[in-house]
Amino acid sequence: MSRLLIQGARLLDPASGLDRTGDLLIEAGRIAAIGGDLAGCAEDAETVAAAGLCLAPGLVDMRVQLREPGAEHMESIESGGRAAAAGGVTTMVALPNTEPPVDDVSVVEFLARRAREAKLAKIHTYAAATKGLKGRRLTEMGLLAANGALGFTDGVKAVADALVMRRVLAYARSFDLLVLQHPQEPSLAAAGEVNEGEIATRLGLPAIPAAAEIIMIERDLRLVELTGARYHAAHLSTAAAVEAIRRAKVLGLPVTCDTAPPYFTLNETAIGDYRTFAKLSPPLRGEADRRAVIDGLRDGTIDAIASDHAPWDQDSKRLPFSSAAYGIVGLETLLPLSLELYHNRDLGLLEVISRLTSNPARILRLPVARLAPGAPADLVLFDPDHAWRISTDRFRSKSKNAPFDGRAVRGRVVRTIVDGRTIFRGED
Amino acid sequence: MQGSVNAAGFGHRHLLGIEGLSPAEIDRFLDLADGYVELNRQAEKKRALLRGRTIINCFFENSTRTRTSFEVAGKRLGGDVINMAVAVSSMVKGETMIDTAMTLNAMHPDVLVVRHPESGAVQLLSEKVDCAVINAGDGSHEHPTQALLDALTIRRRKGRLDGLLVAICGDVLHSRVARSNIALLNIMGARVRVVAPRTLLPAAIERLGVEVFHDMGRGLAGVDIVMMLRLQSERMHGSFVPSTREYFHFFGLDYEKLRAAKPDALIMHPGPMNRGVEIGSEIADDIDRSLIRHQVEMGVAVRMACLEILTGDLGNRPPLSSPAERGRGRERA
Repeated sequence: MSRLLIQGARLLDPASGLDRTGDLLIEAGRIAAIGGDLAGCAEDAETVAAAGLCLAPGLVDMRVQLREPGAEHMESIESGGRAAAAGGVTTMVALPNTEPPVDDVSVVEFLARRAREAKLAKIHTYAAATKGLKGRRLTEMGLLAANGALGFTDGVKAVADALVMRRVLAYARSFDLLVLQHPQEPSLAAAGEVNEGEIATRLGLPAIPAAAEIIMIERDLRLVELTGARYHAAHLSTAAAVEAIRRAKVLGLPVTCDTAPPYFTLNETAIGDYRTFAKLSPPLRGEADRRAVIDGLRDGTIDAIASDHAPWDQDSKRLPFSSAAYGIVGLETLLPLSLELYHNRDLGLLEVISRLTSNPARILRLPVARLAPGAPADLVLFDPDHAWRISTDRFRSKSKNAPFDGRAVRGRVVRTIVDGRTIFRGED
Repeated sequence: MQGSVNAAGFGHRHLLGIEGLSPAEIDRFLDLADGYVELNRQAEKKRALLRGRTIINCFFENSTRTRTSFEVAGKRLGGDVINMAVAVSSMVKGETMIDTAMTLNAMHPDVLVVRHPESGAVQLLSEKVDCAVINAGDGSHEHPTQALLDALTIRRRKGRLDGLLVAICGDVLHSRVARSNIALLNIMGARVRVVAPRTLLPAAIERLGVEVFHDMGRGLAGVDIVMMLRLQSERMHGSFVPSTREYFHFFGLDYEKLRAAKPDALIMHPGPMNRGVEIGSEIADDIDRSLIRHQVEMGVAVRMACLEILTGDLGNRPPLSSPAERGRGRERA
């Protein structure tokens, strides 16, 4: 029986509030013991000297696109799994916008099998809320959930029709299922590509007003009031949306939300002279919105940080801005970019880690992201202060589309462990 | 884009937009173009300045006027001008814009004149080629030669740009002509107004250095120049404005509305005009007030000046890629 003893790490467990130096023993894929000094009770174990490093639950990335099935030349379960491992991600949840889309039990089963074979990070999937992601007919939500779908969403598209959304929520409520929304009113965002304002006007690019986000969220919140369904708003990008969710939580609605690193590390100026790598949906916003997203993360309005990993090949991004695809890869930069919140003193270290681990696990009702005896040994060992520069060339992901190339960051993954197996070991 | 100042005194490799140019650079274009206006009025118009040079008009979007203007300009200077309507050739076969650029680049042109329906596309293309690139219009972004020819037209009639009051009226939202003119007029010390219904104005337009009006009577009060913009037909019927009838009633230029402007105010339009939509027919043809045909004439002169200035240091421009890379390219071929 393989045993692994991690010695002298700063143990961070946001679920219990634990933050102290100590040892952690892994046995048979689970956490066997946590304590000040476990050397005495684990003489035959392989040891990892972890003084100066942090040991936390592995990251739970609640929104990635893996492009398998359908576009494996951009990303696959395998390559995405390697990228996740390198990023300290031990559990990730894929969006259903593959080809074919995840709107059928057979696709859920296919993904589960491929994930088992890859033996990397744990991969779950959401299923489509509507058949073919077309926004009209409901999917077999009950059966899909019974086969492992963790929630229901039309991926990078909003469920636009209010009646359809009401029925999605009402039906989901019958089975106590989670519904996730890409909150952007599509008619108002229509052909838009960048945040409405001076920069869009100067560049002559069609613009998306911030109102496109809040209008969809406010509508959905009313439907949540009607139906009582569990609702999660993805990648908040505006101050108004953060405020709306804050109020909804005060009212006690079953509402959660997340954001992604670009929305608290960049603003619309990153577009510069038509940098397609900074083209996202929702678009990068103004500085006041970026600050509001950080405030939302600090006060807990925004529950989680997801990578919003969106791999695209060169042919999808080396195009005039309007033709280029939306999105950036994020699995391998999720931890260091999130740690900017800690290094900039916006959030405490344990708070940042909670947004990346225990909070998304709670929303998804996954039995992971705890440092407790008996819990799965899904762990990330990282050096929070290690300074380095992001180099997109070195990404394990098949796609390199990120606007962070050359960015100086602090915090590096040293080791990623899933069910006691080391799936990534950083270079020294 | 910034580089050493070339033999013609121009500090840029390409002409991608007005933004970023200095007053002196703009004056240089206009002074040179002034001379070409006189040449173009003579019977013998040919010069040998661009003999041996290849200019490719690469238009990813249909255009007759601008393309012809560049073609005439290139030929008057003795260059070899090739027209390529890319919209109807390679792009439909799935070739990307960058592929097209690389293909053209391999033919060693000296200047590429590029129009593209997407903002920023001409800049992207310019990064992939060794020759000079002139932006002949990219999406709703810039159309620098139009702004230069408008400036030349105004300068020749009013003697200056500095201190003039100019109203730009109509579909500013979608207009590259408006953006380039706003930039140029601000750089040269003119005051700029925009006049349009709110549906045809982009957000934060005032940040570009304009006063905003939604009423022609107020917007035209005391102006020296009225620049009308074209309203595309797909935007006339209910999407951005309710109807052509209503648009003309409130925003179309007629003598009634022009009364608010200075008595010697002049009228411009980049063409092609929608008579009875943004401009009345009579006023468009008024030889005392309308500069529309002069603008076309100035267009050729300005484009001759652009070609001359951008080919000014052809002899000593460093190549974009290293000799080693070129060698590899040859082996592959």
